[in-house]
Amino acid sequence: MNRIESTFDKLKAEGRKGLVGYLTAGDPDVATSEARMRTALDHGVDILEVGVPFSDPTADGPTIQAASFRALQSGMDLPQTLALIARLRADYAEVPIVIFGYLNPFFAYGYERFCRDAAAAGADALLVVDLPYEESEELRQHMRPVGLEFIPLIAPTTPPQRAATLLADAGGFVYYIMVTGVTGTSAAEAGDVQTHVERLRRATSLPIAVGFGVDSGAQARAVGEAAEAVVVGSALINAAREDRLAALVDDLRGALG
Amino acid sequence: MKKSEPDDMGHFGIYGGRYVAETLMPVLKEVATAYEAAKQDPAFDAEFRRLLADYVGRPSPLYLAERLTESWGGAKIYLKREDLNHTGAHKVNNTLGQALLAKRMGKKRLMAETGAGQHGVATATVAALFGMECIVYMGEEDIRRQAPNVKRMELLGAEVVAVSSGTRTLKDAMSEALRAWVTLVESTFYVIGTVAGPHPYPAMVRDFQSVIGHETREQILAKEGRLPDLIVACVGGGSNAAGIFYPFMEDEDVALVGVEAGGYGLDSGQHAASIINGQVGVLHGTKTYVLQDAAGQIQNAHSISAGLDYPGVGPEHALWADLKRVRYCAITDDEALESFHELTTKEGIIPALESSHAVAEAKKRAAGMSADSVIVVNLSGRGDKDIDAVLEMTSSRTAEQPNYEVETGQI
Ligand SMILES: Cc1ncc(COP(=O)(O)O)c(C=O)c1O
Repeated sequence: MNRIESTFDKLKAEGRKGLVGYLTAGDPDVATSEARMRTALDHGVDILEVGVPFSDPTADGPTIQAASFRALQSGMDLPQTLALIARLRADYAEVPIVIFGYLNPFFAYGYERFCRDAAAAGADALLVVDLPYEESEELRQHMRPVGLEFIPLIAPTTPPQRAATLLADAGGFVYYIMVTGVTGTSAAEAGDVQTHVERLRRATSLPIAVGFGVDSGAQARAVGEAAEAVVVGSALINAAREDRLAALVDDLRGALG
Repeated sequence: MKKSEPDDMGHFGIYGGRYVAETLMPVLKEVATAYEAAKQDPAFDAEFRRLLADYVGRPSPLYLAERLTESWGGAKIYLKREDLNHTGAHKVNNTLGQALLAKRMGKKRLMAETGAGQHGVATATVAALFGMECIVYMGEEDIRRQAPNVKRMELLGAEVVAVSSGTRTLKDAMSEALRAWVTLVESTFYVIGTVAGPHPYPAMVRDFQSVIGHETREQILAKEGRLPDLIVACVGGGSNAAGIFYPFMEDEDVALVGVEAGGYGLDSGQHAASIINGQVGVLHGTKTYVLQDAAGQIQNAHSISAGLDYPGVGPEHALWADLKRVRYCAITDDEALESFHELTTKEGIIPALESSHAVAEAKKRAAGMSADSVIVVNLSGRGDKDIDAVLEMTSSRTAEQPNYEVETGQI
């Protein structure tokens, strides 16, 4: 059983919702971002999304754009991100780590080499924002042999038929984007989320994580009602910059059980 | 060479495709489906033709530039006068087509990115024509460089959103437009201004712009009784070039040359020559040649002309470059500026700085060609928008500009 499966099994057994935390690697420098990731994990983040900075993050709102920019300014790149993941893996043997990014840095690094090095560093899955299912086979053929999962993104605009196709071929967990917007956009109505998640449930047995715009425990609990996990990104970055990362993760953890 | 057609997913060979967030995938399919249906509909075509004629003022003239021809001392120089279109550039051919499609799809609002402001103006214009709302994303630097166009857009009723991320130019305007589209996707039609972006935009924009090449073909046959030896067009994203080249794809005797922005020179690292100096990568929804560093981070482009100041290029151009059906070269800022003045003083035509790049390349080639050979230069737009910037640059340039060697590599 892989780390993602065993994490969700354990959450289910304990009757808790998962907390998926996103932070940008290298923001504002490698050491600080690593320390923040460790804080997030120590305070109860169940699955870590490690953001690879990109110059043109077209699906991100101002918070993650700025984080990406700071990381690139500090000289962050993909090899250093993989090294960071390897250091985390040495201390957090069970935590699933998802590499979250845009395609071009992976393409420039070379898909085969990237997948090999990512798996060797201890990553469990890739989430590539600008790589829709139809374009993904070239990358996925190099993910399979090294056991990396391809996390599918489903949006409110994804028609049911299309969702079924995407999910038939997916692994790890499903990331349901709750709002038609960029990251950090204010969150959706819990009721709408529930309807969408229940529809997805009929098309997949994978755990479902919901995200985009969650910034408090109360909100996480509300939108997470129908899902197995809640993703928090921009809010973690903002909190870290204001020295209240631990407090926010505690709040989220408390709300999600 | 046979005309290139993309597959269902919009691939031109290894290029093109759709590299966007999942949220946008359904709408891209909708646009593609609607466009395929519109293409088959004679009523759509008739309406497009009618407006091109009566509203845009087409066909645009193919003008024999006698004084240029004489002073360059070689091939006959014809100018395809896209500068005479309503709104002053080729851009309106495309915005008209896309607005008609938006109307057909029941959309009430248009959005666009713009560099030089020509595409923004052309989008704002058709929005006014069809009674639609319009939002235009434009980099702060370009707002400064192209101030008259900002005023035009606002007069036309468009909202101009200043983009302050990155280099504050076309690349960032397009990134911001893609972000905004994710939010506005249900209500708003995104009018992309060039043959870039995700499928179906590259093929659709090329089709709408192909009116330039079709007319050129008829006009040159009427005037010269034969096809031209060479067609030259500037390449930012590549829409005016694709529009004039495409109808000549299968005429192997017609040489096609695309002119990228050489900025301060290819060696300076400050240019926008994505095909000549870029690597294959993924930017703004498409796989193509991109200016990027070894780590795959997109680099900033530089050009004197805002409309060419873009680190990517349309995917079909990438294919044409690989197949060597189109040759690509670069013209520096200084060379373009010189041609801007030359065309203005010799022919009384003030060209856009973008188009001035094509003029400069034609000049280099004309002298080596015989007097009975024929060059067509696509004069993609007029230069009114550039007058302030040109005057500023011409005075400052005399002294302090870094004096890079004029370097115009060719492939
Ligand atoms: C007059 C003119 N020519 C050329 C361009 C470059 O675009 P493209 O390469 O798509 O023709 C622009 C873009 O703004 C323009 O305004």
